[in-house]
Amino acid sequence: MPVKQILMGINGDEAVAYAAKHALVDVCAAYPITPQTIIVEKFAEFVANGEVETEFVRVESEHSALSACLGASAAGARTFTASAANGIELMHEVIFLTSSIRQPVIMAVADRSPSGPINIHGDQTVSLAQRDTGWIMIYCENSQEAYDSTLQAFRIGEHPDVQLPVMTMLDGFVLTHTLENVYLLNEADAHKFVGRRKPMMLTIEGKQVPLKLDPKTPITIGPLQLFDYYMETKLQHSEAMEKARPVITQINNEWAQLTGRKYGDGYLQPFKLSDADAVILTTGSSAGTARFVARQLRAQGKKVGLLKLRTFRPFPHKKIATLLADVPVVGIFERTHTTGSLGGPIFNEVRSALYDNNIHPTILGYYGGLGGRDVTPDHFTAIYKELLKIKQTGKTPRHPIKYITVRK
Amino acid sequence: MTERIIDLRFHGRGGQGAWTASILLARAAITEGKHAQSFPFFGPERSGAPVEAFARISNQEIELHSKVYEPDYVVVIDPTLLAQVPDTIVAGTNRKTKLIVNTREDGKTVAKDLGFKGEVWTLAATDLARELIGRPIANTAMLGALIRATNLVKLESLFVEVNQQFGERVGAKRSRHSTCI
Amino acid sequence: MPEKQPGSKDIPPAGVCWKPAKEYKTGDWRSKRPVRDEEKCTRCLTCWIFCPDAAISWDGKDIHFDLNYCKGCGICAEECPVKCIEMEDE
Repeated sequence: MPVKQILMGINGDEAVAYAAKHALVDVCAAYPITPQTIIVEKFAEFVANGEVETEFVRVESEHSALSACLGASAAGARTFTASAANGIELMHEVIFLTSSIRQPVIMAVADRSPSGPINIHGDQTVSLAQRDTGWIMIYCENSQEAYDSTLQAFRIGEHPDVQLPVMTMLDGFVLTHTLENVYLLNEADAHKFVGRRKPMMLTIEGKQVPLKLDPKTPITIGPLQLFDYYMETKLQHSEAMEKARPVITQINNEWAQLTGRKYGDGYLQPFKLSDADAVILTTGSSAGTARFVARQLRAQGKKVGLLKLRTFRPFPHKKIATLLADVPVVGIFERTHTTGSLGGPIFNEVRSALYDNNIHPTILGYYGGLGGRDVTPDHFTAIYKELLKIKQTGKTPRHPIKYITVRK
Repeated sequence: MTERIIDLRFHGRGGQGAWTASILLARAAITEGKHAQSFPFFGPERSGAPVEAFARISNQEIELHSKVYEPDYVVVIDPTLLAQVPDTIVAGTNRKTKLIVNTREDGKTVAKDLGFKGEVWTLAATDLARELIGRPIANTAMLGALIRATNLVKLESLFVEVNQQFGERVGAKRSRHSTCI
Repeated sequence: MPEKQPGSKDIPPAGVCWKPAKEYKTGDWRSKRPVRDEEKCTRCLTCWIFCPDAAISWDGKDIHFDLNYCKGCGICAEECPVKCIEMEDE
């Protein structure tokens, strides 16, 4: 039986702030940047009102923000920060460091276009560009999911088998500033779900030592490692990411029991895939718009489906290969800027996931919505029409990549 | 069967509370068990610049996340916008659209000047605001006018949200503001 | 109806604006304007140094506020050592 929850009308940023409050964050260091500012302002309000006991550290840049969180995390604190675009880019060095030192910092990313030209609106270029930094990455479809995924992130990242940082993405303005129906847990239920952070335990000379900066058990964190050990440490990191796979599903199931809300298997949410002739695969708020269109087209008897990708790291390559195995035509919509490649990150990882299958669907990549360019139901209707035509005629376009929502 | 979604667009200037108006409406709808969305659209973020805010209300979960292009109802909080940006005010409207305007003019004149084909409701909201709350902030009065014209939510639901937003003392004044329509 | 908007082939590369910023008169952004008491003013030029928009000029004889560009930020009034500048509603 799901617990009783509180219904509020709040936007994605506020939802994230509530999640951080409910997670009993020990230290928060953040620097403001549109469209993340509401997260930090709201959370600072909670701290100032004494609604949560957090050391709120005001810093002079995003590089310092994540550095402060990393340091606090290394000392055993549960930490949280948030940023966007240029801020993420500025802290990029520390993003690599945080995961390499196995610190479960939780960061909300208000997905905003990278400058230049200067733009404050939403697209996923910057977040997808972090895919090699070794963080767990979860994309949110709506303000409800912004709360749910951010709160889950603490459990996922801090899990004893995992110990990795997690970033949760919300599309700039489209989710950050969009008020929607959001159910929040009661504080007691939230605290019970999230528990307290336990540091990773090391066995050193027969003794259990926490991976934590503590004068009682002094250790060195973040040392130099040259060609003789660096790669071994990196392999441990890759293995930790693999260990995150069952944890994400487990937390998703636990959340479903607690709240009544389930996000597929935690990675992928299929909608009417089983007999679909054409499927769109996408992430974030666009998944909602595409599903809205899929429902309309199904009501007209068209055999279409929608596959929402929620967790991008670790990438659910096996499940995607299974789910798309029998789909004739797939259109992948990415809200990212690509240059010099055949398609963007999601397009390539999906194709790679399907490479070893005996039969492959026709896979096309659609690129649009950059710089906050609106992605409307009409755009998805047009994509579905194109995909269905390909299924019908068997004629595939010569080039699988198409730019939409743009004036050529 | 997809439930109908009602789309709204609010026009104001930065600092006049167009965004707040859309939030209050959305929250009022949510307390009534409906599903709602509210979001702003900024050009340059500065005081005095024309601002648009949007809302969607439905009896079913709203999955789509894109801008509103064909509003069912348009609310204009600042009368000077009618002359400055008439095209944005009538954009996407048709005969079925209801336009609710803060103005001292009558509806027929407003419709004619804008080339608007739908129904016009007018309220001298700034004057009313000065009278009732001593400040020329018309957004809560305009919400009252919107409810009168459309019955989109109950006035009582709006009061709860206004009180929560502005605190009991100011909220009570603002709520009286909405009822005097 | 607005005319067809230019596409990626029609606009200059890299988002470059083909006119200097001087062409964009930001004076209409103001909601308050600076008004200077010429008798109190000591011509120390502190306001001229601080104006972030370079909207204050000195012609060798007197100070001028260029209202074509002044955005009404009020920094001149704040920094003036003799407080001879008032910010008045537009």
